[in-house]
Amino acid sequence: MSLMKHHGKIETRGMLLAILILITVAIGGLVEIVPLFKIETTIEDVEGVRPYSPLELAGRNIYIREGCYTCHSQQIRPFRDEIERYGHFSLAAESKYDHPFQWGSKRTGPDLARVGGKYSDDWHVAHMVDPRSVVPESIMPGYPWMLDRNLGYEDIADHLRALRIVGVPYTDEMIDNAWADLRAQADPNADHSGLLARYPKVQIGALDGRPGQLTEMDAIIAYLQILGRMVDFTDIRTEDLRQ
Amino acid sequence: MAAVLSAPQTRVDNIYDEGVVRLFVIATMFWGVVGMLMGVIIAFQLAYPWLNLDLEWTSFGRLRPIHTSAVIFAFGGNALLGTSLYVVQRTCRASLFGGPLLARFLFWGYQLFIVLAATGYLTGVTQSREYAEPEWYVDLWLTLVWVIYLAIFLGTVLRRKEPHIYVANWFYLAFIITIAMLHIVNNLAVPVSWFGVKSYSLFSGVQDALTQWWYGHNAVGFFLTAGFLGMMYYFVPKQANRPIYSYRLSIIHFWALIFLYIWAGPHHLHYTSLPDWAQVLGMTFSVMLWMPSWGGMINGLMTLSGAWDKLRTDPILRFLVVSVAFYGMSTFEGPLMSIRQVNALSHYTDWTVGHVHSGALGWVAFISFGAVYYLVPRLWRAERLYSLRLVEWHFWIATLGIVLYITAMWVSGIMQGLMWRSYDSLGFLQYSFIETVAAMHPYYVIRAFGGVLFLTGTLIMVYNLIRTTRREISAAEREGYTPPARAQAQPAE
Repeated sequence: MSLMKHHGKIETRGMLLAILILITVAIGGLVEIVPLFKIETTIEDVEGVRPYSPLELAGRNIYIREGCYTCHSQQIRPFRDEIERYGHFSLAAESKYDHPFQWGSKRTGPDLARVGGKYSDDWHVAHMVDPRSVVPESIMPGYPWMLDRNLGYEDIADHLRALRIVGVPYTDEMIDNAWADLRAQADPNADHSGLLARYPKVQIGALDGRPGQLTEMDAIIAYLQILGRMVDFTDIRTEDLRQ
Repeated sequence: MAAVLSAPQTRVDNIYDEGVVRLFVIATMFWGVVGMLMGVIIAFQLAYPWLNLDLEWTSFGRLRPIHTSAVIFAFGGNALLGTSLYVVQRTCRASLFGGPLLARFLFWGYQLFIVLAATGYLTGVTQSREYAEPEWYVDLWLTLVWVIYLAIFLGTVLRRKEPHIYVANWFYLAFIITIAMLHIVNNLAVPVSWFGVKSYSLFSGVQDALTQWWYGHNAVGFFLTAGFLGMMYYFVPKQANRPIYSYRLSIIHFWALIFLYIWAGPHHLHYTSLPDWAQVLGMTFSVMLWMPSWGGMINGLMTLSGAWDKLRTDPILRFLVVSVAFYGMSTFEGPLMSIRQVNALSHYTDWTVGHVHSGALGWVAFISFGAVYYLVPRLWRAERLYSLRLVEWHFWIATLGIVLYITAMWVSGIMQGLMWRSYDSLGFLQYSFIETVAAMHPYYVIRAFGGVLFLTGTLIMVYNLIRTTRREISAAEREGYTPPARAQAQPAE
């Protein structure tokens, strides 16, 4: 009876009910999310993770635009079968510049966290144009139109600036050179020294097989080819990841 | 058959705004058909990939968010907004705060949100946050619409003529307040320019992942659960003509449910780069959540005590009760799947998809169907539904569709999870990834067929409702049907 009597005070006062609801539902999120920003061990201290190059970033935005995350995860769990199939389990550090994260929730297709370098650029072009031409049983949609679509992204520097506001360490130099870097990465004849210094390990070349034209296919391949390659795991033991 | 029909309310209550509820009911059914049709299309795309047509606007990746948003926010959302405005007026004996104009703004503002979101997905404008895909400009618009919704609902509660706030309204209020909190925090982002559509989320990586699944799981917990429990607490007792089983249970399970649900998000991130302590917290609270969930189920089901025979004769009540049973089943399955060792198998597979659909089709859609079947004759001043036989057909076709859907996904999901981790006698992975994809094909076909059945049932419902709004009664059922005791009731009022 007492419970019902006391609860009568709440359920006869609308504002009180509303405020108590808000307090009740706020607690769980505060306890779980806030510490993630405060506890330093949340993100491992590993070398190699860098901001995306302008072309990789454009490719990443195409990946998001096409909803690739609805079928592909980018998060390898620490199980024997996943490590053998996909490579080293994913580290939090590897997605620390991912706004938003692309861990995904479904593997209708395989995990892509370490797909970079596994296939040639030519394979990717063929696969994106017609997935069943290289994997007959694939159920992935084809994206042939990416090959003819000019990339655009004249405002790439604005994208880097927006990302700097949310915490990605793009330097003034990176922002000033963003437009030139965007074009240089898919142009085999350009001077790549600045690009390589700013963004180590970038995939350079006529990514879509057509050196003259900067297409969306160039960008998506640049992105796919860097996935999982920033951190060099040959020198890292699991013990080193503990802090 | 006719005897089971409760007397339609013929009294016209001028103080209640029923026009806006009628609009929401129409929108519920319209978007329901759209959302389910999109689901059927993308289900067939997974079975027959050429259906993607190699065009950007018709590829799975762009259509899938249209399906999920259309069924959750357009179908489910309109059902929630419509029923909540109906219920809050009647249980408070008050007209809507803000008057008809503000209510119309809410209706059209919400439809605009849906259209803006959907056109964005089609043209590739997305934040890629599951169930929060709309970009920043759509999010800002929804925030405005939602604040007005809160004002209308809470304002109506505050000017009630009943001393107590009815339990259905607690759940509706918790749904409105929590969705506001989740929506604002999860969509914090910096636009690239004020004239462009693209933005970058404020958080990144692991923090972003947990924020997103704190949102994502509570879109389930508060949009698809608390809101629809509000629906249950009004329409089940009404249709069964019985009081709620336990008032005390409703108090306990209400506060326990809204407190525990918020913690459950990390179970979407088991074995990922999220720190273990957060994963274990999420798992623990997910398992505890089983209890208040079943508290709600028991309260709904036991409301029928003494009236179980009505299940045999009243197909509307059957929709409502079976929905509560599905709610019980998926809220048992959910805690099971949130256990890390189970999740290690189920995560990334179709088992999750099957789980979601047992909740979405069995619980959310069925209780909405029951509520709409209840509402339409009353809102359009028809004596009764056009045909109860068609409700029966709808019920059985839809139920068969759900059974095909979820069993196909259970089998394919568990099979895929097991194939991924199986080793041959030499210690090598036994299956390449593409072999597991090929193995799914028959189950994708069965699932798509289940979806076709479910959609067919909904189309039957739409037909039945349209005839009802014209105040028609099917010829077969008119025979032997005597209009309820309306003639005697009317003069008395």
